[in-house]
Amino acid sequence: MSRTSPDRVARATPGPVARRLTGLSDRAIAWIFVAPTIFLLLAINIFPLIWTLRLSFTNMRVNRPNEPVEWVGLRNYQRILNDSGIWETMQATAHFLFWTLALQILIGFTLAWLINRKFRGNDLWTTIIVLPMMLSPAVVGNFWTFLYQPQIGLFNYVVGFLSGADPSSFSMIADVRLAPWAIIIVDTWMWTPFVMLICLAGLRSIPESIYEAAECDRASKWRQFWTITVPMVLPFLMLAVLFRGIENFKMFDLVVQLTGGGPGNTTEVTSINLKREAFEKWRTGYSSAYAIILFVTVFGLASIYVKALNKVKSR
Amino acid sequence: MSSYSITEPSKPQKWIAGSLVIAYALITLMPLLWIIATGFKSPADSIAYPPKVFFTPTLEGYVNLFTTRTRQTAEFLAANPPQTWYAEIVAKYDMVIAGPSRFGERFLNSVIIGFGSTFLSIFLGTLAAYAFSRFKVPLKDDLLFFILSTRMMPPIAVAIPIFLMFRQLGLSDTHLGMILLYTAVNLSLSVWLLKGFIDEIPQEYEEAALIDGYTRFQAFYKVVLPQAATGIASTAIFCLIFAWNEYAFAVLLTSGNAQTAPPFIPTIIGTAGQDWPAVAAGATLFLMPVMVFTILLRKHLLRGITFGAVRK
Repeated sequence: MSRTSPDRVARATPGPVARRLTGLSDRAIAWIFVAPTIFLLLAINIFPLIWTLRLSFTNMRVNRPNEPVEWVGLRNYQRILNDSGIWETMQATAHFLFWTLALQILIGFTLAWLINRKFRGNDLWTTIIVLPMMLSPAVVGNFWTFLYQPQIGLFNYVVGFLSGADPSSFSMIADVRLAPWAIIIVDTWMWTPFVMLICLAGLRSIPESIYEAAECDRASKWRQFWTITVPMVLPFLMLAVLFRGIENFKMFDLVVQLTGGGPGNTTEVTSINLKREAFEKWRTGYSSAYAIILFVTVFGLASIYVKALNKVKSR
Repeated sequence: MSSYSITEPSKPQKWIAGSLVIAYALITLMPLLWIIATGFKSPADSIAYPPKVFFTPTLEGYVNLFTTRTRQTAEFLAANPPQTWYAEIVAKYDMVIAGPSRFGERFLNSVIIGFGSTFLSIFLGTLAAYAFSRFKVPLKDDLLFFILSTRMMPPIAVAIPIFLMFRQLGLSDTHLGMILLYTAVNLSLSVWLLKGFIDEIPQEYEEAALIDGYTRFQAFYKVVLPQAATGIASTAIFCLIFAWNEYAFAVLLTSGNAQTAPPFIPTIIGTAGQDWPAVAAGATLFLMPVMVFTILLRKHLLRGITFGAVRK
C-alpha cells in the first residue's frame, strides 16, 4: 500500500474534513520547513565561501578600494605554499593540537574511568569539573593572563610554592619556550571535561554482563581493561578527538586573549596568522587563498577521519 | 558478599577514585573562584604578593566596572562631599564619577543578540528538524551533512566576505547583522540536536492526531511541539551559550554600536594596565548565567556538545 494513512482517512471522511486534511501536501510542508534554513545557510555560509574562493584569485586589498583589482590566477596559492612563515604557523598549530589532544585524552579518560567507579556524589563533582568548558574562552583567557603574571599571579605562586622556584623568575606568556605551554594548559583546563563526558558515556554503554563473563573466565582486571574497556570506549574517544581536533584547528579567541600569537610568533596558530594577514595587513586576496587552503585541509582531514571512525564503529 | 555484583568496585577503590576526582575538581575550580574573589578585592589587594586568599571585600571593582571616573583635587572633594555609597568609594582615590561606563550597553548587546539569534535558530531549526525527521526530503543525508559542515569553517575564513557583504548591505556593526550571523552558525547545532529529539517522539501520536482530523500543521504544533519542549529548551540554551560566548566574529565585525561583552571585557583598563578587580567583576557577571545554565543542563550536556552524536 503506497497510500499514507491521512489519504486513506481523507477518502473515508466527508467533504470539509477531507479538504482540511489534504490542504497542504507533506512534500510542500517539508519544503516550506526546510527552505528558510537552507536559504540562510546559503546566504551566510556558502555565498561567502564562494566569494572567498573568487577573491583568492585576485590581488584585492579591502583597505585600498580605489586600486584596480587584478586577476592573478594561482599566484596567491603558490606564494602561500612557498612561504616559510606559514609553515612555522602550521608547526605551532600542530604542536598545540598534539599536546592538547594527548593531555585531554589522558586526563579525560582517567577521570571518566575514576568517575565510573560510582563513588558517592560523583554526579555533583562531574558537574563541577564540567563548568570551565561552557565559559567564554575570550573572557576566561583574558583572566588567565592575570593568573600567569610573574610574582602576583596565582599560577606562578602555586607553581613556585610546589617547585620551590621563585614565582617572579618565569613568565608563562613572555617566555618563548613557555608560551606554547601557556595556551596548552588553559585549553586542557577548559576542554578535558569534554573528553571526559564522552568517555564516561562510552564506559557506561558497556554492559555489565561482558565483565561478568570475563570474570567467570578468570581474565585478570588488566586484561579486561585492554580487551573490553579500551576497545569499547575507542569509538567514543575517536569522536571526542574529531570534535576537539576541528575546534582546536580553528582556535582563535583563547589564544588571541592569552598570548596574541606572541612572543614574536611562537604561538601564532593558523587562525591568528590568518587574522593578521586579513585584518591587519589587509591582504584580502592572499588571505582568502589562505582561508581556502585551511578549509580544504580541515574538511579533508575530517572526512578521512570520519571514514576511519566508521570502520572502528562497525568492527 | 553474594548480594554484590562481582563487577561492583570495592569500598577502598571507590574511596581512592572519589578523592582523586574531588582533588581534580577543586583544582579546576580554583581559577573560577579566583575570578569571583578578585571581583571583590581592592586594586591593591588584587596585585598583592603573596596572592591574598583572605581580604576585606569591597565593591570597588563593580563600581569601576560600571562607571568612568575623573581625578579631582582635594579641595574640590572637600567642597563637594560624595552623595552616594559608590561616590564615596571612588572619593578614597581622589576621584569623582564622571558617568556610566559602556559595560551596561555591551552586556545588553550580548543579551539582545544572544536571545534574538537563539529565538531565530530555534524557530528555523525546529521546522527543518521536523521536516528532516518525518518527511522524505530529497538528498536528506547530503543536506544534513552540508548543514553540519558549515560548522567546520574557521570563523576568520568566512569573516572577510561577510565583512564585505555586511558593509554592502548596511549590516556591519548592527544587532540585526550579528543576530543573522549567529543564527546561521547555530543552525547546524539546532537542526542536528532537534532532529534527534523529534526522532525520539513516536510517530503514532501524530498519526492519531491526523486521523482525528488535525492537519499536518496542527499535528505539528499541537502534538509534536509540546512533546519536544524539553529538547527545544535545552537546544535553546546551547544556542544561547554559543552566541553569548562568541568572540571572533564579534571582535572583527562590531565596534561602536553592536559590540558584545566578550570583546569588551578584556579592554577594561584602569590607571595602570588592566583594572583586574573591574575585569573580574565584569567576568563574574558575564560567566555566572552560563554556570547556572550548565548546572541546569547537566543531563543534556553531552548530547548538546556532540551535536546529538552521543546520547545517554
